[in-house]
Amino acid sequence: MATAAVLERETYLNASYGLKSWLLTKDHKRIAILYFITISIFFAIGGTFAGLIRLELLTPQADLVSSETYNKLFTMHGVIMVFFFLIPSIPATLGNFFLPIMIGARDLAFPRINLLSWYLLILGGVLAIYAMVAGGVDTGWTFYTPYSTSYANTYVIATALGIFVAGFSSILTGLNFVVTVHRMRAPGMTWFRMPLFVWAHYATSLIQILGTPVLAVTLVLILCERTLHIGIFDPALGGDPILFQHMFWFYSHPAVYIMVLPGMGVISEIVSTYSRKPVYGYAFVAFSSLAIAVVGFLVWGHHLYVSGQSLYAGLVFSFLSYFVAIPSAVKVFNWTATLYKGSISYDTPMLYAFGFIGLFTVGGLTGLFVASLGLDVHVTDTYFVIAHFHYVMVGGTIMAYLGGVHYWWPKMTGRMYPEHFARLSAVVVFIGFNLTFFPQFILGYQGMPRRYHVYPPEYQVLHVLSTAGATVLAVGYIMPLIYLIWSLKYGPVAGKNPWGATGLEWSIPSPPPTHNFDRIPVVMHEAYDYSAVPREVEVG
Amino acid sequence: MHFFPDQASTISPEVDHLAYFMLAVSIFFTVLIFGAVFYFAIKYRRRSDDELPGGGHTGLALEVVWSVIPFGLTMIMFGWGASIFFKESVPPDDAMNIYVVGKQWMWKLQHQEGQREINELHIPINRPIRLTMTSEDVIHSFYVPDFRTKQDVVPGRYTTTWFTATKPGKYHLFCAEYCGTKHSGMIGWVYAMRPEDYQEWLAGSPTGSMADRGARLFDDLACANCHHADGSGRCPTLVGLFGSTVRLAGGGAVKADEAYIRESILNPPAKIVAGYQPLMPTFQGLVTEEGVVELIEYIKSLNAKPGLEQTGQPAVPGAGAGSQPGNQ
Repeated sequence: MATAAVLERETYLNASYGLKSWLLTKDHKRIAILYFITISIFFAIGGTFAGLIRLELLTPQADLVSSETYNKLFTMHGVIMVFFFLIPSIPATLGNFFLPIMIGARDLAFPRINLLSWYLLILGGVLAIYAMVAGGVDTGWTFYTPYSTSYANTYVIATALGIFVAGFSSILTGLNFVVTVHRMRAPGMTWFRMPLFVWAHYATSLIQILGTPVLAVTLVLILCERTLHIGIFDPALGGDPILFQHMFWFYSHPAVYIMVLPGMGVISEIVSTYSRKPVYGYAFVAFSSLAIAVVGFLVWGHHLYVSGQSLYAGLVFSFLSYFVAIPSAVKVFNWTATLYKGSISYDTPMLYAFGFIGLFTVGGLTGLFVASLGLDVHVTDTYFVIAHFHYVMVGGTIMAYLGGVHYWWPKMTGRMYPEHFARLSAVVVFIGFNLTFFPQFILGYQGMPRRYHVYPPEYQVLHVLSTAGATVLAVGYIMPLIYLIWSLKYGPVAGKNPWGATGLEWSIPSPPPTHNFDRIPVVMHEAYDYSAVPREVEVG
Repeated sequence: MHFFPDQASTISPEVDHLAYFMLAVSIFFTVLIFGAVFYFAIKYRRRSDDELPGGGHTGLALEVVWSVIPFGLTMIMFGWGASIFFKESVPPDDAMNIYVVGKQWMWKLQHQEGQREINELHIPINRPIRLTMTSEDVIHSFYVPDFRTKQDVVPGRYTTTWFTATKPGKYHLFCAEYCGTKHSGMIGWVYAMRPEDYQEWLAGSPTGSMADRGARLFDDLACANCHHADGSGRCPTLVGLFGSTVRLAGGGAVKADEAYIRESILNPPAKIVAGYQPLMPTFQGLVTEEGVVELIEYIKSLNAKPGLEQTGQPAVPGAGAGSQPGNQ
């Protein structure tokens, strides 16, 4: 009887049928699903490039691909993963789906603009994929001048245009979130009752709105120099190549926080739910997101210590870079303290959260190494840096993303995933990740430069370890793809609150109806008030 | 397998000591956090489904403690790293100058005594070596892991770095900034030699010193037509120029260093000396980056023997064999 009721109820999934009803939808939940499908495809493409890179590096010589191809592989891996997977990942999917519900809204402030931003990502992605199919691009995802403007003979313009267009997708999503949080909170949903996931997305949105236009300007200048030969960055035309690096990193360093802040928001939700405790130091965790967003704009020059920028600029940027470490550390300490005297269960999302805390800790601590002037001279542009930022972006963001996908999967689909497979995948991802990237710290300190197609033989042992790890990691990523799709049809039907979690999204049916709330809720409790959650755990 | 590369320069142990410190701090915090997570996760595991732990307060003191202690530690890291960087950035006055020109995909190096090398650099140990570097095309980066030294090599300007090798041996030289197709082939070796071996290696330069080559180039380009030694020409004298302070037309002054001389050759109108007309044409395209550094060495050599080299006449052909500027 109960099952029949679930099946007959109207949800956002069965409200209408047909491709058109999806491609023209204004429902934030359906748009989130469109994003899910899109970024999963991009992740598969970027991951395939990564796999080919790791295979090539099994041996010191060039054997699998030519140098031209190798350079295109690492460039396209970076471009796809950064601009078409990591930046949209959590905000455009989980954020799109849950930010309005968490604050008691029926949709985002601008539903049509929300759909537009998905189309912009698709358009940008099509341009980038066109560039790859036509012949690829070999500038590195960083597009350093004058190589990208005067020397590269590859599809720089199409790729840059693709990123330019995708950037507007990011700006519009950020704008939508900021307006929604300001204007559409339900009665009683004060700023300090908002879930930390919303705070993290609010901080992220500020960076997207303020930072992304600078990237757009920089890309336009690249196009001007490359096509019209206006001297901006190429010294042969009267330009300054270091200027490009300043402009590029002014966006691209804060972009790291666009990638990781939403992940921190996810982790706050998960750690609280599976400890059945409010996040320790709520206000500190909330404000640390804003602090990271603000200070993150002032540290870009730490990418330029050996570029030839002035000694004193280097000193200032190093000093400020250490300031970002503090709010990040505060978050980790508060999550850990949340566990204290909690009621901790080891469901899959929590395993991913443990993984996140561990890997982000290592990524953050090695950030202290590269922020140091004297040490960075040695390790910059080596595998040390590669290991460091993969620990933050892959170990951090993707662990949080997978944790969040599992956590909200019952809400989004109305089905449970198979718990045992899911826990196994979390463990496999953790092991595979460490085996892939930990050896790269050692490689880097030993002096192995990044973006090397062939390398001296003494580095081979560590490269073999890293490639072995990458295969384990790939298995860990493919497993959820299979069992999550399986669960859509065969997974047990989920109740509205399978985890006993707080938050308005758990007060509505799974999957939610199109309008989210029959009546706009009035919020009476602080965030993470577990005494207010109905005690019975529903099944089916 | 060695986890750390060879310590082959004076700065290497200093960088490694900072790395040890950071490693110790990192291990401490990693163990602390992993330990706490594991301990709490096991001790406070859920024992029944209707558990409802309390909590939800914020300990202000705790928040302050775990903000202030890491902040203090990071400030030590900042200061320590900055002091090393300061040392790395300011070469000693008595450093031996070597010029580096990077191009896709090779390193071209010139010693003042005249030796030219490609993808190999021979240096004496226990003597500070200062590299003055530029690129003919894209950005490269001069990286010797065993010396813990790295500096981008940027077209259109000079960048410098310095090091003192401490151990004779053969060390990797890498290009560390992605520079195109054969980036990973832009590698070479640094040979650090005992001073007597280095002197032996230096002996026998077929083309004379860099300053000699610069003098010939000065002659070929007919620079002396305008730049007279006694200052009577249409253009300022170059004798005593290097290291002096030049007053500019329209106010301001500039120190005559390598960058200034390079700019004055390749883009003369950028800075006009007070009292002179902007007559000089650009030599962009007429002289290579290696030629420019030879001219700079020649102009430097005029400081050592003021008034002798530059006579107002075109320089003596074949000056290399007869006169050794600054040596006698």
